[in-house]
Amino acid sequence: MPHPESDLLPISALQHLLFCERQCALIHVERVWAENRFTAEGQVLHRKAHDGKPETRDGERIARGLPLRSLVLGVSGVADIVLYRPPTGARVSRGSLASRLRRASQDELAEWVVTPVEYKRGKPKKNDSDRVQLCAQAICLEEMHGVTISEGALYYGRLRKRYPVPFDTDLRSSTLSAADRLRDLLYRGVTPPAVREKKCETCSLLPLCLPESMRRRSARAFIDRQLERAAEAES
Amino acid sequence: MKTHLNTLFITTQGAYLAKDGQAVAVRIEKKTRLRVPLHNLDAITCFGRVGLSPQLMAACAEAGVSLSLLSESGRFRAAVVGYSPGNVLLRRQQYRAADDEKATCEAARSFVLGKLGNCRTVLNRAARDDATGERADRLSRSAKRMGASIVEAKAADSTDRLRGIEGEAALQYFATFDTLRTSGGGDFAFRGRSRRPPLDRINALLSFVYTLLMSDVRSACESVGLDAAVGFLHRDRPGRPGLALDLMEEFRPWLADRFVLTLINRGQVRPNDFQTVESGAVLMKEKARKDLLVAWQNRKQEETTHTFLGERCTIGLVIHLQARLFARYLRGDIDAYPPYLWK
Repeated sequence: MPHPESDLLPISALQHLLFCERQCALIHVERVWAENRFTAEGQVLHRKAHDGKPETRDGERIARGLPLRSLVLGVSGVADIVLYRPPTGARVSRGSLASRLRRASQDELAEWVVTPVEYKRGKPKKNDSDRVQLCAQAICLEEMHGVTISEGALYYGRLRKRYPVPFDTDLRSSTLSAADRLRDLLYRGVTPPAVREKKCETCSLLPLCLPESMRRRSARAFIDRQLERAAEAES
Repeated sequence: MKTHLNTLFITTQGAYLAKDGQAVAVRIEKKTRLRVPLHNLDAITCFGRVGLSPQLMAACAEAGVSLSLLSESGRFRAAVVGYSPGNVLLRRQQYRAADDEKATCEAARSFVLGKLGNCRTVLNRAARDDATGERADRLSRSAKRMGASIVEAKAADSTDRLRGIEGEAALQYFATFDTLRTSGGGDFAFRGRSRRPPLDRINALLSFVYTLLMSDVRSACESVGLDAAVGFLHRDRPGRPGLALDLMEEFRPWLADRFVLTLINRGQVRPNDFQTVESGAVLMKEKARKDLLVAWQNRKQEETTHTFLGERCTIGLVIHLQARLFARYLRGDIDAYPPYLWK
């Protein structure tokens, strides 16, 4: 059953969810936010990707900062870059690609090759979070254009390299289940307990999340201990 | 984390604050006297007749700089707060807890234990560090009574009972308060707390410093998304910032009271820094108030180790951290609210 437009979740939250459920709840339930070097660098990179006019290069239309949504997946967001390539063999003069794309019927568009490209500051991650985010964008584009998208790409700023991402069955099903988990997390509104891990070092929310102090530490015991210590000092 | 930055105090009557790029420009008689970049500021506090441009208000809200308007004598009038979609679930949790007697009692217990624990430490420290003979005895006796109140507060089974214990302990503490003073003689004698108006010099100092502390605690509550008006130990009363008053309790003895005593003990305030008006009310003079603001600002920049979190931070930041800890307690991350217990 499709989700109503009023209930769409941010695509970026999928990435937060896969990185850390607590981070996701802090950002999207508690509306907590903090910047660090990584988030600031990421913003600069995204702004670069979004900035500038859409253009046509090598017979390909490059659209930037496209708003997207999928009612089936129940998400919405913005794609950094989407490439539109007309069907091979079709002759398209330079200037007319944009208007032809605009005028294209769903049937015509179905023949085009549509490729979302997402910009990331660092390098490829071990987890699926970037791929899932990209796949969610592809699912949006498929729904909005009536096309089938077999592949997208992730561009990693540090390596200055584009990595192709095939949207296979596995990735599509991870994306669907991530959206379900996200919906459940935000619906419950409960922030999961903090667990200190290595990846916490890169998280800008570390000083707000306080994983060390929040984990299995009793504030009640702290109060008793402090007060007893003061009483002992007295006698 | 919100780092603790400077507070800009504006005390010149008739000053006008405007946005100048990403900075605040302070204009006095149409001349720009000072420019401070907003990213260097934590708060702007205006006393009395100070004008502000709407552009500056918007820029402060966006940059997370809290902007408060106080009367010339330091009474809180208004704050400019930005649109905060914030954490509605946190606020709901706060209201639910405040409506629930058991939860209210547990939160109130932490606030009372924080206050009494810190009162005891203030008394004990003074007894140990700079008192001998009869004076030291009086201080330790008073500290012991705080200890007894702590035991009672731990066992108290209702919020009303906690309020009673806190009230009695406060009377007891202020009965010994003058003993904490090591200089100033009769000019700074303290004969019990008087607020509206303060009837002696030390009460004038206490009231002013409590107002400054209150502004900071209130801003901290708001910046973590708590409703500063809905208290636990302090019952709701329209216009009264109950939660800010609750959270303030643990700071009063070690941050505000010690600060006032230090000013007196070190001779940093003098008897003629004050004036007595016809009604008997004692007010601080303009110059003394400015000096005090500078000293308060410096005090907040001093570093300490947070007793619960175990991290180094400035004293000004401790206020924000405590508000954050209270929010985390309400959200169920910790089993109690750990007040900042001074060692």
